[in-house]
Amino acid sequence: MTTITVEARELTRMYGGNTVVRDVSFNLNKGEVLGFLGPNGAGKSTTMKMLTGNLAPTYGTVKICGIDIIENPKAAKALIGYLPELPPLYKELTVDEMLSLAARLHGVTRAHLKKAMTLAKERCGLMEMSGRLIDNLSKGYQQRVGIAQAIIHNPMVVILDEPTVGLDPIQIRDIRALIKELGGEHSVILSTHILPEVEMVCDHVQIIHKGQLVFNGAIEVLKQQRHGNKLLLGLHRAPDIKELMKINGIVSVEPVRDKLLRVQYQAGKDPAEALVQAAVSNDWGMFHISPDQTSLEEVFVQLTQQESEH
Amino acid sequence: MIFTVAGKELKAMFSSPMGWVILALLQAVFAHFGFFAGVDQYFNIMSGSMRPEQRMGVTEFVGSNIFNMASFVMLVAVPLLSMRLISEERKNQTLTFLFSAPLTLTEIVLGKFIGLVSFLTIVIAFLAAMISSLNLWTDMDFGYIAANVIGLWFLVASFAALGVFVSSLTQQPIIAAIISFIALFALLAFDQYLASDPNSLFNHVSLMRHFEPFSRGLLDTRDFSYFILFIFTFLTLTVRRLDADRLRG
Repeated sequence: MTTITVEARELTRMYGGNTVVRDVSFNLNKGEVLGFLGPNGAGKSTTMKMLTGNLAPTYGTVKICGIDIIENPKAAKALIGYLPELPPLYKELTVDEMLSLAARLHGVTRAHLKKAMTLAKERCGLMEMSGRLIDNLSKGYQQRVGIAQAIIHNPMVVILDEPTVGLDPIQIRDIRALIKELGGEHSVILSTHILPEVEMVCDHVQIIHKGQLVFNGAIEVLKQQRHGNKLLLGLHRAPDIKELMKINGIVSVEPVRDKLLRVQYQAGKDPAEALVQAAVSNDWGMFHISPDQTSLEEVFVQLTQQESEH
Repeated sequence: MIFTVAGKELKAMFSSPMGWVILALLQAVFAHFGFFAGVDQYFNIMSGSMRPEQRMGVTEFVGSNIFNMASFVMLVAVPLLSMRLISEERKNQTLTFLFSAPLTLTEIVLGKFIGLVSFLTIVIAFLAAMISSLNLWTDMDFGYIAANVIGLWFLVASFAALGVFVSSLTQQPIIAAIISFIALFALLAFDQYLASDPNSLFNHVSLMRHFEPFSRGLLDTRDFSYFILFIFTFLTLTVRRLDADRLRG
């Protein structure tokens, strides 16, 4: 039994002469949560549609647990739970009717139907809504029903397209916890443009821009890039920059604003302690020292803009 | 799986007033203009027909009245029922739900078709029950009724197949209804314009030409194969149309 649940190879999709997704390849292992990041119109939803068999790729293949979704769509689709951008709900049905329909279409047997429905409703906080018409539910609850229908058949791969849109902060927290929980036994792919969300729930991140993957790696790598090896230093009576450069490990110093300096150091040689000592003994008037984090937004902008320069 | 989809369609039909109203309305129309008017006129006309060859049985008289009218009433009713089958799902983007489920396109289309035809079967069953109720007072010719019911069923199933196909072409249910109505009307009526040439090619394509033998109580394999081919053609076209969604996006 392989542990690779999703295998995408050179996925390309063209609309007319317009290439929307170009050469997207990646693997996803069992138990991982993959975050799909990208600005609007980057091709996130198109990629997800191809992964779920809703759209045929122009070139390339998708394999779900080793089953090709184009050659054997029925078997592959049974392993996927998909929530598109707009939750696909029949408004004239009640929550229970909708979930039971989803379960039966995904081949949940009659004996397991009740259990599966209760579990999905519990996980998505829908227990009190069982008999309500979907049409009368708020946007947030409709979104939850959308997630519930995607996980009801206990699929190997759960694909969620912007699952936290339209939810209130408490619901968002619940859904993120749910996604983390799902990540334990299943593989989850979610797309979002809320960056902290990716950091919170994902193990892997892919940044897609203009249809191409510009970043594909573990979340740690992204965090590394984010933390850099930088300190933000505040000195009332700053010495000459050359003076600071003498301290072991410091690579460069640049002024930021209002007596703040950004100090970059070699990896693994944090000069914070030496800096404090030097500041005290030379009376530089230190009032601030902290690790300098570039925000995830900046990393994101860097990555997407690098690409557009090419 | 097919029946899960069909069940969902049938449920949708009855979860809004639409299904109930159409069912009641059709029954009222058939009863008032077909059944009662037929029974009423039977005595008037038959009492005037002195010669034996002018006389006909009550089954044939009332039956031809009802079933001829039914074919034209269904021409309006079926597009109204079939219009939302796929177009509304396209509009609400719920088609993704079915496409993502482990179903083939054929199963989706067949499910929807069977759901609609089951509803129409209820209508026809009520119609058959109504005319059979005359058996309480007289002896009915059940063979004649059966042939008509079978003919009407195939005719209506063909209407439904065309309706499902047209519904897959657009996002607007109303447009689907109008186009299906026009297409069905053309198929039903154009043999009237070419009646002078009994061997015209168009006569073979006309729906009414193939319904007509049934209404005389004649079951002909040519007519069966025509209706089955008609249904098969339009359901296949629907599958192709949905497949194009996946291919072209």
